[in-house]
Amino acid sequence: MHSLVSRLVAIGLVLLLAVVVPTLSVYQIELVTQMLIYAIFAMSLDILLGYTGLPSLGHAAYFGLAAYATAILSLRLHVPFALAAPARIAASVVAAALFNLLALRTSRGYYLMITLALSQLLWSLAVSWTELTGGDNGLPGLERPRLPWFPWLLTSASGFFYLTLFVFLVSTIALWVFVRSPVGYALKGVRENEARMRALGYAVWQYKYFASIVAAFFAGVAGELFVYLNGFVSPSALSVTVSAQVLIMVLVGAAGTLFGPMLGAVVFVLLQYVVSTYTERWLFVIGIMYLVIALYAPQGALTFLWVRLRRRTRRVV
Amino acid sequence: MSPLVVGNLSHSFGGVRALDGVSLQLQAGERRAIIGTNGAGKTTLFNVINGQLALSSGEIWILGTNATRLSVHRRAALGLARTFQVTSLFPHLSVLHNMIVAVAALSRFHFVFWRPVTAHAEIVARAQDMLAVWNLWDYRDQPVANLSYGVQRQLEIVLALAGNPKLLLLDEPMAGLSASETHLASDIILNLDRAITVLLIEHDLAAAFRIADRVTAMDQGRVVAEGNAG
Repeated sequence: MHSLVSRLVAIGLVLLLAVVVPTLSVYQIELVTQMLIYAIFAMSLDILLGYTGLPSLGHAAYFGLAAYATAILSLRLHVPFALAAPARIAASVVAAALFNLLALRTSRGYYLMITLALSQLLWSLAVSWTELTGGDNGLPGLERPRLPWFPWLLTSASGFFYLTLFVFLVSTIALWVFVRSPVGYALKGVRENEARMRALGYAVWQYKYFASIVAAFFAGVAGELFVYLNGFVSPSALSVTVSAQVLIMVLVGAAGTLFGPMLGAVVFVLLQYVVSTYTERWLFVIGIMYLVIALYAPQGALTFLWVRLRRRTRRVV
Repeated sequence: MSPLVVGNLSHSFGGVRALDGVSLQLQAGERRAIIGTNGAGKTTLFNVINGQLALSSGEIWILGTNATRLSVHRRAALGLARTFQVTSLFPHLSVLHNMIVAVAALSRFHFVFWRPVTAHAEIVARAQDMLAVWNLWDYRDQPVANLSYGVQRQLEIVLALAGNPKLLLLDEPMAGLSASETHLASDIILNLDRAITVLLIEHDLAAAFRIADRVTAMDQGRVVAEGNAG
């Protein structure tokens, strides 16, 4: 019953988005589109952090790499969209496969540091390899493709919103199935107690490696949407700031749930939008918000609200 | 075929020789208790048999396979299961979730990521059956962290049984339990199928002698005595 209600609410929200958002201004449509992209990105990190217990401070590497691969294949190498489609996300997956051969030799805090170091490696490459990446100026001028199978033109804000909503839905359903699959159950076991998982017969390293590749895949999906939304990519997409931002989205929302990171992404983009109209130092305000949540709702805002709601419901009953 | 043969096992922690030439052979279906003072090397022996600790020298044969160089999970796949001295569960997951993880470990579905667990009826059904058989059904939706210590110890044993092991290592299963809980835990072990060979570390000598067919005494990393429990 509870599950049915949740599903109906989710379907209702999606329908509401699909109907209401295209009636907004272009700026507001792009804001909602950005929320959906960040939601995919945050959910992808949550597979690592919330479900597997691997705190990464380098997740922007996969997001930015897919964005750069998209821009380079299109602008520098003029590869047709359809041909380049698998290659763009494959860039993130291959990077994760290589990085994690090294990073997964460590755990917890050390994993965080080594993922930070590896992502900084890509960031410095993006800054210094000017002929390929455009250096600090990045790669501008990327045009959205025409998708013959898609009923809306992607050049319009609402058309691109619908594409993003479609990809968001597919990603969410795929991740929903993934975290409820035997592998998803095992990842939670790995997060809780690696020694016990090994004793039960799980090859723990393989599960962590697979989780890191799945997380990179969806970060790549988000990165590709991001570059088409902006029509431009710069080294900031690979920066530690973006890695920290997505980490905050997951922690603020509630790690270990799929809906929590979505909520974190929405709150983050909204705050950025509202606060940045008053001050350029919007990251400072977000930092304070994160501190407050870390102190008073360390399980994340979603869990905090959920517990409060249940207490209130019990009192009423 | 002997379920467990260990020959001349040695392991050192720095300058301390925790195991010093330990040899042991168990018969199929046997219940063997290992007794000894703290620091005798009992848990180190378990950790070495299980693969958690590397050997300095010696050989381990599990169910007819030379497991000396096998990883922990490969030894589990041979049919070896264990419990830990300090309760080792998944504290923030529900009892049913713990059980499903344990049942799925050695099933052919363990690496399925494209279908929810609930689509694999045999995994869920077996997890539910085990909870019902071992009187844990009423706790199924509770997070393990909320359970009493006695129930957690019981769940620890049931998780180890989930993969249908042939050889079970129980590390102080009665430690920290009340008298009634100790009785319940020893009953659980006594009622285990004789197809499972049990190697048990126990400080409660009355319980150890009640359960075991044979007893091995260890001191300072060595086997110092061995004989029938009766």
